[in-house]
Amino acid sequence: MSKNAALSYLPRKSVVHRMTGTTKLAFFLLWSTAAMLTYDTRLLAAMTVGGLVLFGVSRIKLQEVKGALLFMLALVMLNLIAIFLFSPDQGTAIYGTRHVILPLFWRYNVTQETLFYLLNFFLKYSAVIPVALLFILATDPSEFAASLAGIGVSYKVGYAVALALRYIPDVQRDFHNISQAQQARGVDLSAKDKTMTRLKNSAAILLPLVLSSLSRIETISNAMELRGFGKHKKRTWYVKRPFQARDWAAMALAAAVLAVSLGITLTTGSRYFNPFVS
Amino acid sequence: MPQPIIEFKNFGFQYDAQAEPTLHNIDLAIYPGEKVLIAGPSGSGKSTIASCINGLIPFSYPGKCTGSLTVAGLDAPHSSLFELSKYVGTVLQDPDGQFIGLTVAEDIAFALENDQVEQGKMKQIVQQVARLVDIDGQLGSAPHALSGGQKQRVSLAGVMVDDVDILLFDEPLANLDPATGKQTIELIEAIQQRSGAAVVIIEHRLEDVLWRSVDRIVLVGEGRILADTTPDQLLASGLLTENGIREPLYLTALKYAGVEITPEKRPAHIDTIQLEEADKEKMREWFRQTPPAPPAPQQEVLLEVEDLTFGYEEGQTNLEHVSFQVHKGEMLSIVGRNGAGKSTLSKLICGFETPNSGRIRLNGRDLSGDTIKERAAHIGYVMQNPNQMISKPMIWDEVELGLLQTEMTAEERKARVEETLKICGLYPFRKWPVSALSFGQKKRVTIASVLVMDPEIIILDEPTAGQDFRHYTDIMEFLRSLNKRGVTVMMITHDMHLMQEYTGRALVFSQKRLLHDGTAVEALTTPELVKEASLKETSLFTLAQKCGVEPPQAFVQRFIDYDRQVRDDE
Amino acid sequence: MKKMSVKTVVAIGIGAALFFVLGRFVAIPVPFVPNTTFSLQYGILGLFAALFGPIAGMLIGFIGHTLIDLSWGSPWWSWIIASTCFGLMVGLFTRKLDLESGSFGKKEILTFNLAQIASHAISWLVIALALDMAIYAEPFAKVLTQGITATILNSIATGVVGTLLIMAYAKTRTKKGSLNKE
Repeated sequence: MSKNAALSYLPRKSVVHRMTGTTKLAFFLLWSTAAMLTYDTRLLAAMTVGGLVLFGVSRIKLQEVKGALLFMLALVMLNLIAIFLFSPDQGTAIYGTRHVILPLFWRYNVTQETLFYLLNFFLKYSAVIPVALLFILATDPSEFAASLAGIGVSYKVGYAVALALRYIPDVQRDFHNISQAQQARGVDLSAKDKTMTRLKNSAAILLPLVLSSLSRIETISNAMELRGFGKHKKRTWYVKRPFQARDWAAMALAAAVLAVSLGITLTTGSRYFNPFVS
Repeated sequence: MPQPIIEFKNFGFQYDAQAEPTLHNIDLAIYPGEKVLIAGPSGSGKSTIASCINGLIPFSYPGKCTGSLTVAGLDAPHSSLFELSKYVGTVLQDPDGQFIGLTVAEDIAFALENDQVEQGKMKQIVQQVARLVDIDGQLGSAPHALSGGQKQRVSLAGVMVDDVDILLFDEPLANLDPATGKQTIELIEAIQQRSGAAVVIIEHRLEDVLWRSVDRIVLVGEGRILADTTPDQLLASGLLTENGIREPLYLTALKYAGVEITPEKRPAHIDTIQLEEADKEKMREWFRQTPPAPPAPQQEVLLEVEDLTFGYEEGQTNLEHVSFQVHKGEMLSIVGRNGAGKSTLSKLICGFETPNSGRIRLNGRDLSGDTIKERAAHIGYVMQNPNQMISKPMIWDEVELGLLQTEMTAEERKARVEETLKICGLYPFRKWPVSALSFGQKKRVTIASVLVMDPEIIILDEPTAGQDFRHYTDIMEFLRSLNKRGVTVMMITHDMHLMQEYTGRALVFSQKRLLHDGTAVEALTTPELVKEASLKETSLFTLAQKCGVEPPQAFVQRFIDYDRQVRDDE
Repeated sequence: MKKMSVKTVVAIGIGAALFFVLGRFVAIPVPFVPNTTFSLQYGILGLFAALFGPIAGMLIGFIGHTLIDLSWGSPWWSWIIASTCFGLMVGLFTRKLDLESGSFGKKEILTFNLAQIASHAISWLVIALALDMAIYAEPFAKVLTQGITATILNSIATGVVGTLLIMAYAKTRTKKGSLNKE
């Protein structure tokens, strides 16, 4: 269980932790939008460095997220290989030129353009990952709902997120207990059964889970209504913290990055930085 | 005379989904500051009454109301749930379902947030209320780090932030161990004294609620009010037993001895009851006249647990050095507070978890190499909540499920399923969907689905949790009949009645260790054990002391044996 | 969408929790394809979308998938949006089904499965594919293969698990009046 444990909040005393949840959420969204829009190598590289610096500031050690980083790295690598296998000339399709470095076989040649494209693809993820990790690791889950409300999402949707976080451990425990009891009756997911049998078996485990979840939905909504949820158009939040100068500064930084990202694309008329035509 | 804060006048209610009304001609007035217990068996309509008071009816459960219901001056059936929630605070039965916040503080603040209370004020109120229910040391804790009793305190705090006039408790004692149940009743009393709110408790566990005095008991049956009177009057009347509510055991004992119970004797509480010398003598006489039951012959060892130690995570333990033996044909209970290691033990026996050290043997054979499935052929495990165990919509399929993984032919399976259904009294329902059954019947289905594998032992987790006396008796008598057929039964339970009535032997767990392995009566009459394992001393013990019966332990045992006889003869 | 009921809010929260737990911790490997597992969570999402409607389906897909991705380290927005659209579309396509009344016969099974297959196809072959190309400039051949694989596998998982769950759920809704002891 612990070896693929899901990432979760790591409380520390750092500037990043002291920022409000709203700031971190907005920062993360603006930052990843900027990274999605652009393919400019210089900007993506700068964002990667910036993200790593922020990560350092948070006092979370790389060692603590080693598992996640390796996993993400493997996933991105897998994608890079797949792209090359499916389309070895993707670089040329984007940058227009073709400089072969290493001819392999059949249609597979290593070109400068494709290597450069793959580097950019990698940067697109490396620019986002540190910031995404920070958002997950440095935001108190209690602040999620209030943060969503803070960026203008309906508080009901925000609260649905809070409920999901609240009940994940319960659902996990129920699932665990149910599947153990079913295993005792020979219903198993991990055995060497045929795939179809296993899918059907999983439905046998899921049915009690779903039915008890449905009755839980009823209890929870009664409990919430009895305590006045949905009474007003707005609600206040126990955990919400006031904005400070650092919050505004962080938001401004993220907004600036997004502006640069858009600016480069609009002024040059292209999302790509192309070193091959000069 | 002040105005009642809750007043039902010729009130009736029918759920939209049902053909018949659930409540008929209810006339009931509850006054500010009163403490009222509404008692009744399952399906009597007591929970419906509660839902009418807090507004879930007709808001969440639509239906037709007749007559009138006034709550805090509001015409309740025509007011909104939100209006009512200003005056009525409800603590629901399910502690996990109503713990909505990610932490204690957030959950307490929930109603305030919805009311748009400004944050500074909110924090102040939360702090104050948390101190009132004594949970202020855990404001930052997540729900899974709390015990059942603590969660209930949080729920109570969550409704008290609103300074309500009425506190409504829907079966507050279900899911709690006996000692925590006692604390809950004490807490309710303390809160009421401070806030002056009217308290309405819906519960069928009468003796436990009466641990602290209540002003009135309203007895409900089949949608009507059968009695509305003081506890002393009601307990003297005999109405309770007639209507499926269990009377306190000390009263049963007194009745067996021929002592007449009158309201003047103040029978509501074992500490207040006034017994004359003649009554006490009758009690002593009964004890002398009642022969002790012969001890059951002991058969060979079936299950042997030896020096078992286990931890869910590295570096910690949840069970330490546990050793005991179970003999063939025994029926025993496993008790102790939440987290003491009871469920962990059953998981180890079933092979769901692997012990760090120690052995488990069945008929002398070491089980450590056996898979879950292999063990399941000998050891059946029944979860607490049948809804979490039933995985097929149809009864037949559910019972047959385990057999499908064996080598049996279709005919063999059919014969086995039929036989099992007959034993379990489910044969007439064999073509029904599970959903058409009552909770107790579903429980039988889960037991049947385990029994069909022909196990030598079945382990049940809280077989009677949340059941009223009739259903409790149904389930337990059924288990006893299985036991008589030779199945060894082990039960994890919080129910002290179950333990003393149905199991001769009790394994008491505390702090990860097996604290006591002996008779149930010893467990319930030894003060250190009771305290250490969060049990509850039986009122029979106190009664014996009061009447000067010596030794009191023998009295408790004799009562149980005698009561068993009486019930078998019925 | 003007007024989302409290029950819908809770259904979204619990649905997303279920989606997360199944997607994150339960894996049934696909035969012959290494490193690929069936996504059982879409079976649950199908059921919840059919029960609680398109808005609930959409938000369960969005919240559940985002939480899964975040728990690994970083969100894959194109796929998150595809899950979101899947929930929305199944909710829309199954609006005519009345599961509460317990009717889920051959016709309804067909409706549900056509709905889920169409929704998977649109989500993975159109939306995820288009977004992967637009955002990451990935080659068409690669995203097409991914899209086809996802559509087929998810449709199988949803078809088996979702259908079985809904059938079982519908059976729990049968009225008592129709039953006789034998």
